[in-house]
Amino acid sequence: MKRRNLLLAGIALLALWQALALALNRPILPTPLAVLAALWRELTGGNLLAHFLASFWRVIASTLLAVFTAAPAGMMLGQSKRLDDIFSPVIYLLYPIPKVVLVPIVLLFFGVGDLPKIIIIYLILFFQILVLVRDSAAGLRPELIQSVRSLGAGRRALFRYVYLPASLPAVLTALRQSVGTAVAVLYVAELFATQRGLGYYIYLNGSTLFNYPAMYGGVVMMSLLGLGLYFGVDVLERRLCPWKTAA
Amino acid sequence: MIELDQITFAYPGDAPLFQDFSWRVERGEAWAVLGTSGCGKSTLLNLLAGLRLVQSGQVRIDGAPLTRPRPQTGLIIQDYGLLPWATVRQNVELGLRVRNFYGPDGTHAPRGYTPSLAVDAWLERLGIAGIAGQFPGQISGGQRQRTAIARTLALRPDLMLMDEPFSSLDAPTREGLQRLMLELWAEQALTMVVVTHSIEEAAVLGQRILLLGKAPNRAAKIIENPGAAEMRFRESDDYGRMCRLLRERLEEA
Repeated sequence: MKRRNLLLAGIALLALWQALALALNRPILPTPLAVLAALWRELTGGNLLAHFLASFWRVIASTLLAVFTAAPAGMMLGQSKRLDDIFSPVIYLLYPIPKVVLVPIVLLFFGVGDLPKIIIIYLILFFQILVLVRDSAAGLRPELIQSVRSLGAGRRALFRYVYLPASLPAVLTALRQSVGTAVAVLYVAELFATQRGLGYYIYLNGSTLFNYPAMYGGVVMMSLLGLGLYFGVDVLERRLCPWKTAA
Repeated sequence: MIELDQITFAYPGDAPLFQDFSWRVERGEAWAVLGTSGCGKSTLLNLLAGLRLVQSGQVRIDGAPLTRPRPQTGLIIQDYGLLPWATVRQNVELGLRVRNFYGPDGTHAPRGYTPSLAVDAWLERLGIAGIAGQFPGQISGGQRQRTAIARTLALRPDLMLMDEPFSSLDAPTREGLQRLMLELWAEQALTMVVVTHSIEEAAVLGQRILLLGKAPNRAAKIIENPGAAEMRFRESDDYGRMCRLLRERLEEA
C-alpha cells in the first residue's frame, strides 16, 4: 500500500464523518473538528492521556507475557510429536472459546486492578501464538533439520538457529491477527471494576457525563491504540523478517 | 576410512534395506552410490552421516564407531537444506556459528578448533560472493547448491556426503557443478560419497561405484571406474561404455 493512498483514504473517511455530522446535526455525533478540539483539551487539561497509558500498558504487558510463554511452548510442541499428541486435544478444546466470555470469571478471581485485564488479553494472544508457532515449527522440512544437524547442531543449536528464527514470522502473524481482538476485549474488560483505562473513560463520558465530544476523543484514542499496534507489528516484520518481503 | 561391518538396518515395521551388509571406503576415494528409488541409497548416506543408527553390525569411521553426526563430515542434500530466512553469507557461516556456539568440545566441533567466521574465501571460490547478501528464495537452484557446498567446506570436512545434490538442476548447471566438485575433491583432499539415481552422474563422479538393488542389500556390488576423475572423461568412449554397463547392471539388480 502506498502512503499517499492511505492518506487519501483517511481524508475521505473524515469527510464522510463531517458530512454525516452536519446532516444529522445532533449532539450524539459531533463533527471531527469538535472531537479534535475535545481531544486536545482532554489530553492536555484532562486525564485522557493517563487512561490511554493505562490501556497501553495492559496491552503491552500481556503481549510480552504471551510472546515469551507461548512461543517457547509452541516450539516445544512443534518439534516433539509426543508432547503435541498429549496437548493438542486440550488446545483444540480451549482455542475456540471466545475469551471475552471469561471476563466475568477472571474478574471474580483476580478482582480490581491491572491483573485481570492483562490476563484476559494474555489468554487471547497466548492461544493464537501457541497454535501458529506450533504449526510453523512442525511444518519445517525434515531435510532442513537433518542438514543443520549434520553441521553439528544438537538440540540447543537447533532451537537457536532453526526453531527460533522460524517461529518469528508466526509470532508476528499471530499478533497481527489478534491485536484487534485484544483491544476490543480490553475495552470490554475495562468497563468493569476499574477507574483507569480507555474503556472506562469512554463509558464514563458517554453514559454518565454525557460529554459526547470527549467520548469520541476516547474512541479515537482506542482506535489509534489498535492502529498503532498493527503498524508496530508491520514495522517489526519488515525489520525482523526481511527475507519475506525480499523473496 | 569408512567401514560398514555386517550392518542391518530397517525402518520400523518395514523389511530390512540392508542385511549383513559390508562395504569399505578408503581415504581420498570418490564413490558414487547408484540405485533406483527405494533401494536404500539415501538411507545408506544417513547411516554414514550418523543421522540414523544401524540395528546390528557397526559403522566405523577412522576406526571409531559412529553414534552421532561427526564434525568432520559434510552433508549436502538435494534441496531445502538452506535456512530461508538467512542470507547466502549467513547460511555459509551457519556451520561455523554452530561450532562457535558449542566451542571445541570434540562432539559438536573438533577439539582444538579456534572460533572463526571467515567465509570470504569460500564465497569467492564457489563464485557466490556477488550474491552474499541475498536470500535463498531470490537465487537460482545452482547458486543454492553452491551455497550449500560452501557452507560444508567452510567446516574443513575430510568426508563429503552428497544426496542427489544436482538432480533438480538443468543440464549445463549440473555439469558445471559436477566439474567443480571434482576440482574441490582433488584440491581439498576429500573423501567423497555421492548418492544418485542418475547413471551419467555416477559415471562422472564415481571412481568406484556401489550398485544397490532391491532390498535387502546383502553383498556390495562394486564397479571400478578409474577414468572418472579426468576432466574430459565425459567426452571419452570409456564414458559411453561405462554408462551402458551401468544401465545393464542396474536392470539386472
